[in-house]
Amino acid sequence: MSAFSAIGEEREIDRDEYTPTVEPQATWCPGCGDFGVLKSLKQALPEVGRTPEETLLVTGIGCSGKLNSYLDSYGFHTLHGRALPVARAAALANPELEVIAAGGDGDGYGIGGNHFVHTARENHDMTYIVFNNEIFGLTKGQTSPTSPKGHKSKTQPHGSAKTPIRPLSMALTSGASFVARTAAVNPNQARDILVQAMEHDGFAHVDFLTQCPTWNKDARQYVPYTDINDSEDYEFDPTNRADAQELMRETEDKLYEGEVLTGIYYREDDRPSYQEEKKQLGELPEEPLAERYFDEDYDWERSYDRFIDQHK
Amino acid sequence: MADDELIWRIAGGSGDGIASTSQNFAKALMRAGLHVFTHRHYPSRIRGGHTYVEVRASADPVKSRGDGYNFLLALGDSFARNPQEGAYYGNEEVKPLSENLDDLREGGVIIYDEGLLDPADVPDFEERVEENDWHVFPLDLRGLAREQGREVMRNTAGVGATCAITGIDLEWIEELMADAMPEEIFEPNLEILETAYEQVSENYDVDAPDINVPEGEHEEEQLLMSGSDAIAYGAIDEGCRFISGYPMTPWTEVFTIMSQNLPELGGISEQVEDEIAAAALAVGASHAGAKAMSGSSGGGFALMSEPLGLAEMSETPVVLIEAMRAGPSTGMPTKPEQGDLEHVLYTSQGDSHRVVLAPGTVQEAYDHSRTAFRLAYDYQIPSVVLYDQKLSGELTNVPASHFDREPNPTMGKTLTEAELEEQPHTEDGKFLRFQHETDDGVSPRSIPGQKGGRYLVTGNEHNEAGHISEDPDNRVAQVNRRFQKLDAIRADLDENSLLAPYGPEEAEYGILTFGSQQGTVEEAVDRLNANGTSVKALAVNELAPYPVESVEAFVESVDEVLVVEMNASAQFRGLTQKELGRYGEKLHSLLKYNGNPFEPAEIVEGFETSIVEDGELPGPETKFVPAAGD
Repeated sequence: MSAFSAIGEEREIDRDEYTPTVEPQATWCPGCGDFGVLKSLKQALPEVGRTPEETLLVTGIGCSGKLNSYLDSYGFHTLHGRALPVARAAALANPELEVIAAGGDGDGYGIGGNHFVHTARENHDMTYIVFNNEIFGLTKGQTSPTSPKGHKSKTQPHGSAKTPIRPLSMALTSGASFVARTAAVNPNQARDILVQAMEHDGFAHVDFLTQCPTWNKDARQYVPYTDINDSEDYEFDPTNRADAQELMRETEDKLYEGEVLTGIYYREDDRPSYQEEKKQLGELPEEPLAERYFDEDYDWERSYDRFIDQHK
Repeated sequence: MADDELIWRIAGGSGDGIASTSQNFAKALMRAGLHVFTHRHYPSRIRGGHTYVEVRASADPVKSRGDGYNFLLALGDSFARNPQEGAYYGNEEVKPLSENLDDLREGGVIIYDEGLLDPADVPDFEERVEENDWHVFPLDLRGLAREQGREVMRNTAGVGATCAITGIDLEWIEELMADAMPEEIFEPNLEILETAYEQVSENYDVDAPDINVPEGEHEEEQLLMSGSDAIAYGAIDEGCRFISGYPMTPWTEVFTIMSQNLPELGGISEQVEDEIAAAALAVGASHAGAKAMSGSSGGGFALMSEPLGLAEMSETPVVLIEAMRAGPSTGMPTKPEQGDLEHVLYTSQGDSHRVVLAPGTVQEAYDHSRTAFRLAYDYQIPSVVLYDQKLSGELTNVPASHFDREPNPTMGKTLTEAELEEQPHTEDGKFLRFQHETDDGVSPRSIPGQKGGRYLVTGNEHNEAGHISEDPDNRVAQVNRRFQKLDAIRADLDENSLLAPYGPEEAEYGILTFGSQQGTVEEAVDRLNANGTSVKALAVNELAPYPVESVEAFVESVDEVLVVEMNASAQFRGLTQKELGRYGEKLHSLLKYNGNPFEPAEIVEGFETSIVEDGELPGPETKFVPAAGD
């Protein structure tokens, strides 16, 4: 018997299974866009066929980090900006888990920016959702890496002199094999994109636009939006890197001017994931690492006996 | 030179094969039945720059580099000439000779490469030779090597010449070369080894220096190993199959050894973007059910402070290695120091706790590496193995049987699915991961993917079910439970302790030390006792939780105590005073922080002059700090 019998269990999954029975400490304000992410995720997971017990949700800190409290699965609420390294190690140790990392724009693009670049580069097989509301919410409204230029806050009272970060371009340039943007105001698209992100074999980055009604009153609510994959205005092939780059440039310039383009910008389905690459090199075991510790028959060979000769 | 030991120093330029040549020479001597100990000195440079390795060999066990040396093989530094015109480079060409004369013992031997070195560039060379009764053998090692096609083989020529002068049987070297070298380079090397041996035997009076290379015999098979090797093997035997790291000297040694071995054993090694990520990966892998480790050296370990705290709060077992080098900041990358002790003990915010073990010998490095894993997984707490550049790189012979251990892949209180069913759950079936009521503070854990074990873990304070909680009663219960582990770990360590005083039980004086200075202190203790001073030593290599009872008993049993450590702020003495809560008037410090580890004679002299005679210390490289009073 597998030590992880929840993994791969095929059954009808009710989305209510992901709802915790304990009321989470109220952290999300009424009208918060984060509820939209939660709702889409709860819809997407059963569609992908993943049960709460085979799902590992790793979060950073901030309002986004509280997603764990609202979604009942195996969960690890880590540190500000550090969800990715924790999540990708779990995905390496047990590739059969559904590993989802989540964080906010400050968390993921600011303090965790280095990890974002490298996780994308390595193309780890996992999904990364970034709650992008262009503000630091839980610390009460400071300017974030995605806040528009000129944005005024208590820490930047004269307005931000910084150009906002370009998360989609950053993901693409770094090497992510799936880059999408969706918005809480578009729940059906969000669900579909999350399903595809989870089913994607490689690093799937989803920039999830969420509104912050408390601290970012000036922020546009991402309406109207255009779904680039459905729109007739955009001749667009998401498997074409140059197309993706061009469109990202456009939308990342226009985000703060009111035109919001959402959808899957880029997907590279034939690129092997990092896990696959490592397996090819003989650097990743076939079976989950975790499995063998529970296997009484596993042959723990006298390990370095084969290396000891060099010391004789 | 009628010493009963050979301390052979090979000096040259970084990148000239000094390390590999000395390693082979040491191994050959070990195979010949001798006890060996190496000491490595190198600059933070890739090619060029003065570097040396000492190989000490004796028929009796050796525990340190010894004092000075009695045989110098000065090769040329082939990278001494800077290709960049006009750049300042100093007089590096002659450094393998000029930099290595101060500690050469009277009556010692010098072989130098006259193909690359001119002793005329060394001030007062002739006078010093005469004064110290040195035996000098100029040899064109480069020329010899060139004749066989490769200049780099002048190392081999030097070893051949060494054997001719010391009477070491060439067979030991040849056999090793045959094992270590591929056919195409073995043949020319063999040729050069024998040519050098013959030339020296024929052209010089090799009996002139009174060299007494001892003969010895090992009762059992020996291995030549460094502290880094031993830590890696300990981890592997304990079932560690995941390592993540970022290169930094000297931690890189453990990382490299593990990375070379783990894939073969079905494990995973990850080189990542920074040390925060490295430690966070280890936490993530452990959470997902692997035995995992990471590590770094001072500056990199500073970045690991946050994942370390997360591991403690989330009660995720993880082992971190801290290989100290001289700090602060980048400090001296290739020089040993024990200045990170307080950093490792106290880093991370809040009432944060960890296990800290500091092996003192290669054997202990293996044992403590295993213990660190066992404690981490049994008690769900981060463990740190604290050692330094000295122990990481020095090679010594250890009995093979010490490493002949059974694998221990157990995961401590990690539940199987069957066991999970028996555990307390909430009314609606959720596993209580962080239950308060336990014998030793450890609440059993489940692994993601296990049926019936679903839980949330967080770096925030949390309740029994793992949910974030700021409830005051819960806070106190959780903090108390995490603290409770420390008592349990202390009791566990006491039961399996490696701590044992060294020297006569009824000694008048004591020396306290920790980590890599242990062997050197023990040699000093032997000499002090032979000189008529009654001393014993205790190497306190379990630092957190601190072995209060053992140390108290030791301090109580002697009149005065010298605390020996390699840093300027007496961190270990501070820790000891803090933990014991008194005895300040008894604890004197002998400190060294010039980038070189203690030699036994420095401790002997430091002890005699400061404790026994109340006099001056031998030199500016060591510092005596008298007792602080209570």
